[in-house]
Amino acid sequence: MIRMLLASLLLLLSCSAVAIDPLPFKDEVEQVRFQRLVAELRCTVCQNQNLADSNAELAKDLRSKVFEMMQEGRSDDQIKQFLVERYGVFVLYDPPVKPSTWALWFGPALVVLIGAIYIVASIRRRARALPADAAGIEDQP
Amino acid sequence: MWRFLLPLGLAAALGVLLFAGLGIDPKLIPSPLIDKPAPVFDLPELNQPDARVSNGTLAGAPYVLNVWASWCPSCVQEHPVIEEFARSGKVRVVGLNWKDEPADAKRWLAQFGNPYTDIAVDQSGRTGIDFGVYGAPETFLVDAQGVIRYKHVGAITPEVIAREFEPRLAQMQGAAP
Repeated sequence: MIRMLLASLLLLLSCSAVAIDPLPFKDEVEQVRFQRLVAELRCTVCQNQNLADSNAELAKDLRSKVFEMMQEGRSDDQIKQFLVERYGVFVLYDPPVKPSTWALWFGPALVVLIGAIYIVASIRRRARALPADAAGIEDQP
Repeated sequence: MWRFLLPLGLAAALGVLLFAGLGIDPKLIPSPLIDKPAPVFDLPELNQPDARVSNGTLAGAPYVLNVWASWCPSCVQEHPVIEEFARSGKVRVVGLNWKDEPADAKRWLAQFGNPYTDIAVDQSGRTGIDFGVYGAPETFLVDAQGVIRYKHVGAITPEVIAREFEPRLAQMQGAAP
């Protein structure tokens, strides 16, 4: 009985995972490629979601457009290019490294670097100031 | 002295940065289509089933392309502004009825008025995708050569028309022979 329940539960779950739009994939390789591609593309309507997760009308349309382009034999890069030409690099969750995205790519590292330099500098300063006190502590029984 | 001023200065700089960030509307995505030729489209006309609206039929003079739909509340809100703009006679205002039912669109126009010289019906939303539309209303300014010169996202206001559309239009008409 429990096994039956579990099996039906699994079945339910598996249905909900593909129920968004039933696209006629010819094999699993194609489906995996599609899922990976739409996961990398940002939904422009609900901006904190990718195309795979979004249920917005436009996201549905864009998913079917992506699927269609896959059927036409376009490469992943060509499909991304298609969307970038229309919606800008904003649609890529993995934007290319170029002057306008330098701040995005290197900004955080720069901030960490500044922090690290500050920490190292202040540790050294304290280390120089410390030896006299430290010696005093060790002398105590 | 520096030990206090430096962190304070950094915190202040961060504060300014974040405060400036508050003023930026994340919904506004800069369009890569500005100063590029308008995407190719050829769509049926809403009120004349046999007629088509395409780049070809609109070429030769600047036009404003207003993306709207009967299901879009902001379109109702901006409609009087669009009507006023169309009435001013400064430019043709063309409608792109986006992802809508033609019957609903006609009913909507009957209720609120029809300011458009032509209305292209993009029921599938494919032309919308080509134009990088991600929500109605959006309004494009296209010049006589069919090049997109400006895009406004969201309900248009008289201020936007005066600040963004009219100077560009004047420039286009000045450049025309």
